[in-house]
Amino acid sequence: MFDYGLYLRKEKFPLIWCSGCGDGIALKAILRAIDRIGLSKDEIVMVSGIGCSSRLPGYVDFNTLHTTHGRAIAFATGVKMAKPELTVIVVTGDGDATAIGGNHYIHAARRNIDLTVILFNNWIYGMTGGQVSPTTPFGKKASTAPYGSTENSFNISGLAEAAGASFVARETVYRPQVLDKLIERAIRKKGFSVVEVFTPCPTGYGRRNKIRTAIDMMYELKGNSVQKSRAEKMSPDELKGKIVTGVLVDTDLPEYTEEYQKLIDRVRS
Amino acid sequence: MVRKERKRIRVMTGNEACAEGAIAAGCRFFAGYPITPSSEIAEVLSAELPRVGGKFIQMEDEIASMGAVIGASLAGSKAMTATSGPGFSLKQENIGYASMAEVPCVIVNVMRGGPSTGLPTLPSQSDVMQTRWGTHGDHPIIALVPSSVRETFDLTVRAFNLAESYRVPVVLLLDEIVGHTSEKVELPDTGEIEIVERQKGDPTNKEYLPYKHTESDIPPMISFGEGIRFHVTGLCHDETGFPTNDSRQIDLLLRRLNRKIERYQHLIIDNQTEHLDDALFAVFAYGSTSRSAKWAVRRAREEGIRVGLFRPTVLWPFARNEVHSLAQKVRYIIVAEMNLGQMAHEVEWASRGSTEVIRINRIDGEPVRPLALLDTIREVARNV
Repeated sequence: MFDYGLYLRKEKFPLIWCSGCGDGIALKAILRAIDRIGLSKDEIVMVSGIGCSSRLPGYVDFNTLHTTHGRAIAFATGVKMAKPELTVIVVTGDGDATAIGGNHYIHAARRNIDLTVILFNNWIYGMTGGQVSPTTPFGKKASTAPYGSTENSFNISGLAEAAGASFVARETVYRPQVLDKLIERAIRKKGFSVVEVFTPCPTGYGRRNKIRTAIDMMYELKGNSVQKSRAEKMSPDELKGKIVTGVLVDTDLPEYTEEYQKLIDRVRS
Repeated sequence: MVRKERKRIRVMTGNEACAEGAIAAGCRFFAGYPITPSSEIAEVLSAELPRVGGKFIQMEDEIASMGAVIGASLAGSKAMTATSGPGFSLKQENIGYASMAEVPCVIVNVMRGGPSTGLPTLPSQSDVMQTRWGTHGDHPIIALVPSSVRETFDLTVRAFNLAESYRVPVVLLLDEIVGHTSEKVELPDTGEIEIVERQKGDPTNKEYLPYKHTESDIPPMISFGEGIRFHVTGLCHDETGFPTNDSRQIDLLLRRLNRKIERYQHLIIDNQTEHLDDALFAVFAYGSTSRSAKWAVRRAREEGIRVGLFRPTVLWPFARNEVHSLAQKVRYIIVAEMNLGQMAHEVEWASRGSTEVIRINRIDGEPVRPLALLDTIREVARNV
């Protein structure tokens, strides 16, 4: 039995998250991944922005930095540049990383700086009460989209891929054993890596969209997930509304802090 | 090639002197975004920082630059950014974060005309109130304001020293004239420069509290990765660094944050004065405007007019006791500035009615000219 207690600040419990929220499943997957890699707690800096998922660092026994809304990746960039030997993990949400923080997300991917971003996508702004987010599917309801969203939603993994990330993967909390392996690969990867984690928000999202219970939301995630290998054989019509899971990008590119160190060595030699 | 030993006597601009001062102070991280009239600071540091093993990054925007500076400082680097009006506006939220989380850092604002995009290439001093109150909430801030190229070097070093001493963001306010004026300067030898390092916590002390209410009001710092794991947040927090809604803890925190500057202000505030001993009235001016004022006061003295100069090099915390004392002695204080009276208001408030404040203001992108000030001095002299 895995001892999560080794990594948790249990005195900070209970968690802020609602019953039925999937964030705790993702938290456990992150801890299993870190444990497998064998990183010491001192060498991990976990950085977050604002939102439900961004409260995660408060519960884990690492160097933890809870920043301003949308800016976790910017703060993390400073930490990583100052001390490249640290493993810097960003925990963020769909609103935090792709609305207010979208610029930092794509530019960190472009630089290919060695950060691991665990991006919790629950299609909603959970903490502020279920407002529409950049990933709310078209037509779905939110507290600020009472008649259904009239906007297209972001493909946020695709965004990271297009911007130049080294590693991009997507999974749902319905499959936690796969999720932790993807997170492990993302942390091990030298370069900018993203794991987009689909996680249910029964309180902010399910309730308004006729998915009555947390269990129903899990079944929804299960039913809508398609593994990448299978998705490649499906037509765009068949893929509509589906969550394509698995490793979407895994490529070796020059990493920013290493390149900068080479620059320092060059000008000083 | 290792960083060449720079010539001590050189012609340089205020922006270049700022970059040189930062390196001399031990700055090893800069994140910024191009903006006129501050960009030369970033340009010089992009070349010089790697030569001393430091890091430079041009971020995607001003907000990110401020965030990266805070991250680097928490990881142990002396860190700085440089900007101008519109960029300074964008940085405000994260400047508040630095105040709240007590992260030492230096923000250079080379002031240009505002509001909005305003006058990108022309000087102003209209960000002095934004410097004090630009970010929301009651918060501490220190702001320094040099008037020459050499003073820009010195005050950049001092900005880092104050930031590291008091764990606060320090704003260095140049104006476009100071930033772009070229002057012959003699830089101090490395050994002559006083460098202050942040007070470090003991990384072997398992009882370490990152926000402990110590007797000095300034908790010692430990950097990320040094062996003590703790939490940093912009939320109201207790001594452990974790968020709290306990009203007693909130009150303790916010009062300490503000008190730590209030109680040390006598060590922070600095004013340069001339001819005040027997002055019947005074000119209050800072930044490039104070150079016009200095010339005008000296000329007036030659004409036998008993006027003196009060030139603060620290705007925040404001020298209210010193200005109050001055107001007891003189009949008028002429406050000259390139805005509509932002510091004049402070001077009036500190004077508490003991003297009359006369405002000289320019907001058209032109400096307050020495002759215009001399005319005002002569006119006031007729009434004294």
